[in-house]
Amino acid sequence: MSGSCSVFHLAQEEDDRHFEMGDYEGPVARWCSGCGDHSVLTAVRRLLADEQLQPENTVFVSGIGCSSRFPHYLSTYGFHGIHGRALPLSTGVKLSRPELRVFVVMGDGDCVSIGAAHWIHAIRYNVDMVALLLDNNIYGLTKKQTSPTTPQGYSTNTQPRGSYLPAMNPLEATLGVTNASFVAQTAEWVPAHLFATLKAAYRHRGFSFVRILQRCPHFTADMYGEAVKNPGMVELLVHDQGIVAPEIDAMFEHKRPHDPSDLDEARALAEDMNQIRLGLFFRDESHPRYEETRSLPHHTAADKIRILEEEFDRYAV
Amino acid sequence: MAMKLQTVGPGKSPGAAAGSARVHRTRDHSVEIVSDSGEGAQKCGQIFGAVSAKMGNGVWTVEIIPAEVEPPPRSIAGASGIRIRLGDGPVTNWGDETDLVMAFNEQVLLGRHRLNALAPGATILLEDQWATHPDDAVRAQWDAAMEELGEAGYRIIGVPMEEICLTQVENARKGKNMFALGLLTWIFERDVDRVKEQIAHTFRTKPQKVVDKNFALLELGVQWAGENLDFRVEVPTATEVGDLVVMNGNEAIALGAVASGMELAAMYPITPATSVSHHLGEVFERFGGIVHQAEDEIAAAGVAIGASYAGKCAFTITSGPGLALKTEFLGLAVMTETPLVLVDVQRGGPSTGLPTKVEQSDLLAALFGQPGDAPKIVLAPATIEECFHAMITARRLAEIFRTVVIVLSDANLATGVAPFPRPEAREAWQAGPPDQSAVPEQGRPYDWDPRTGLSDRFIPGRPGGMHTVTGLAHDERSKVAYDSASNQRASEMRSRKLAAFQSTLLPPEINGADSGDLLIVGWGSTRGAIEEAVERCRGEGLAVSSLHLTFLSPLEPGLTEIFKRFRKVMTVEINYSDRADAPFVTSENRRRGQLSWLLRATTLVDVDCWTRVLGEPLRPSAIARAIRENLPGGAP
Repeated sequence: MSGSCSVFHLAQEEDDRHFEMGDYEGPVARWCSGCGDHSVLTAVRRLLADEQLQPENTVFVSGIGCSSRFPHYLSTYGFHGIHGRALPLSTGVKLSRPELRVFVVMGDGDCVSIGAAHWIHAIRYNVDMVALLLDNNIYGLTKKQTSPTTPQGYSTNTQPRGSYLPAMNPLEATLGVTNASFVAQTAEWVPAHLFATLKAAYRHRGFSFVRILQRCPHFTADMYGEAVKNPGMVELLVHDQGIVAPEIDAMFEHKRPHDPSDLDEARALAEDMNQIRLGLFFRDESHPRYEETRSLPHHTAADKIRILEEEFDRYAV
Repeated sequence: MAMKLQTVGPGKSPGAAAGSARVHRTRDHSVEIVSDSGEGAQKCGQIFGAVSAKMGNGVWTVEIIPAEVEPPPRSIAGASGIRIRLGDGPVTNWGDETDLVMAFNEQVLLGRHRLNALAPGATILLEDQWATHPDDAVRAQWDAAMEELGEAGYRIIGVPMEEICLTQVENARKGKNMFALGLLTWIFERDVDRVKEQIAHTFRTKPQKVVDKNFALLELGVQWAGENLDFRVEVPTATEVGDLVVMNGNEAIALGAVASGMELAAMYPITPATSVSHHLGEVFERFGGIVHQAEDEIAAAGVAIGASYAGKCAFTITSGPGLALKTEFLGLAVMTETPLVLVDVQRGGPSTGLPTKVEQSDLLAALFGQPGDAPKIVLAPATIEECFHAMITARRLAEIFRTVVIVLSDANLATGVAPFPRPEAREAWQAGPPDQSAVPEQGRPYDWDPRTGLSDRFIPGRPGGMHTVTGLAHDERSKVAYDSASNQRASEMRSRKLAAFQSTLLPPEINGADSGDLLIVGWGSTRGAIEEAVERCRGEGLAVSSLHLTFLSPLEPGLTEIFKRFRKVMTVEINYSDRADAPFVTSENRRRGQLSWLLRATTLVDVDCWTRVLGEPLRPSAIARAIRENLPGGAP
């Protein structure tokens, strides 16, 4: 198995099997009805079939939270880890087996709060994987506590008089980290854009960070307010190198051309939290991928014995 | 009475010359080189130790390391250095006190003196420039030190190290160590060519002119000693030196990891574990392995677990504070039955504690540190050689039993250097490639064998084996299962693996008679010192024996039966326990040594303990004293 990932997105090993969306289906998801996680799961299954990913060579890694149940509802390999630590696990998977296709599913508490150190460093490692931030601006599984992305003033069980601090901006933070290579935002309520974004993220060679705007039907159902019903309130970032989803062109009148290679503009657009923007903020495939940088020649057991003997020689008396 | 410094030098010599020096013959001799940080004392001692081993002496060296990189110069607490103990046979520990000292200033010497590290009557070769230093304060310090040292009866010989080194180098701080090596070379009649070989090896990455300069300093030392010293030391050497390798415990762990076929080490820098990753960083990539320096201790554990999950068993290296941070991930590895080797090079604790100094205080944290029931294997190498083999054993056990294996080393082994028989590397030690065969129909990812708890692992890439591992309670199919029966059964199966493993172990061997008045029980790096103490006491006619545990979880079998054959059983450990006679302490509230807790709980024998947390390895003489004092009925 070659350590290089240069071709694996385009050509898999010979495989005469054909996979339908149903081939990736796991048990019935136990999320609440109306939860955005369902749309993400559907879009992911569609992506897997679209890319004909072999279930046995695909790994979904997650942390803890509602959205982290994700791998259980697929029929690929999965690692449902601990709170905040999906990225170290997935980094280990890729270092050990660079040929596996790895997806990481995290919630906002998982990624932006308890796992923030790993998030920042994962961007810098730029390991080739797709990282999905399912951001519903609240801790749902533990019943409505303030998360770092909860808007200021929003009432929760831990901060009933409203969240004290301005919400953290995950896009701005991601774009500020050395080696950021793919940063996009999409929304659970625009399935075509969600799918197109996942597709672009998967095709990107490097660490693809996708923030998916979601509502929690129980605790943040009102979160994006009118923007959910009125696409005119959302600005779509468009570019032929960006997220291309022709089927929604007519739906969104408000479009802004943005060249995803322009980091300064990407940062300016991300920083402005008054406008909901969907699209590809930034992409740069020139950054080296950590697992390739660290890829090493494979030695047979006999080779290793020979090298070990050389090491013993160094310490020999 | 102030110490009178014995001053020797050209023209002032008491008449010593190479031919007329008195030769002190001994089977056991300890030497220390102490200096300010950065003066190269350790390098000097390492070279001397390696050459001595090559010439057939038993050798144990231990580094004296201050916690700071560059503590203030000439400070009592800043002593940096190394002790080398030579013997006419194998040396298993650092011994008691030092017989010969090379000190680069009187303050670091004072530091060692105050720690009772020096034998009464020890010979000290001391840089004497400070006696006549232009700074009044320095001279005053010197005089005060001489006063204090004078009480102890040392033989202190002034050596103009600075003056001589300045003939070769501009900064004597960078040369004294090789000059001191020259003194040692003459005193112990080491083969100068072998010393040069070792110098060349040590400085192999440096330009030749550096090596040549070191040769010149070495020769100056040899020459000065020959012209000025009136004593030499002879520790008989073995004639047959088998195929040996000389390294420290951290190097042995690194090479053991390589020999085990593991291919990924994930770590975050922490003293005293980090040098394992330095050695790995140097050699691991030649073997196709990766040393991943993670963003924190937690991530290091996560990367290792992720790598193990997807392929060959990986490992992580840490020390106490890092073990604490990795706790939640260890629970995940136990719960998902993902193999993982964790090396804990123990240091003094709790919290930041004594970062550079030895302690054996992580035993119970290793066994019981995780919330919930998290059975795992814990083993402790007792020697540097065992550090090498522990990694090979740990890797195999982690994969066979699908669990976490913790290897408890410590700062004593980490920095101690000793020769051991060169291992014969075997392919069988290495992990095979990950199983990528198709999983049989109806195969289950936790198809526990009800007797042993063992099951086959479905590694990603195996067709038909797709499943999601989870830290949630789960059933044989890895489906989340909150029901009572599933949780009870899965807990049983994870635990059963330890009992099944223990059934394959042999009872520990007893050092000495298999019954008697007192049985000393130890674990980890204290083995050499305990056995030396026990042998001394047996020589005095005391009915004492010892046994040393390699496996702490599960414990080796047969302990209860063995303990019953002794009138008293007592652990000796480097961790804290209340003294039995301390105020308010009763037999019920007494906090005991960690192994002693464990043995009392498992054997129901009233196991006593003698433990110390002095920030140094135990001395055989101190253990021998403890044996005499704790002998039931008192020593005869």
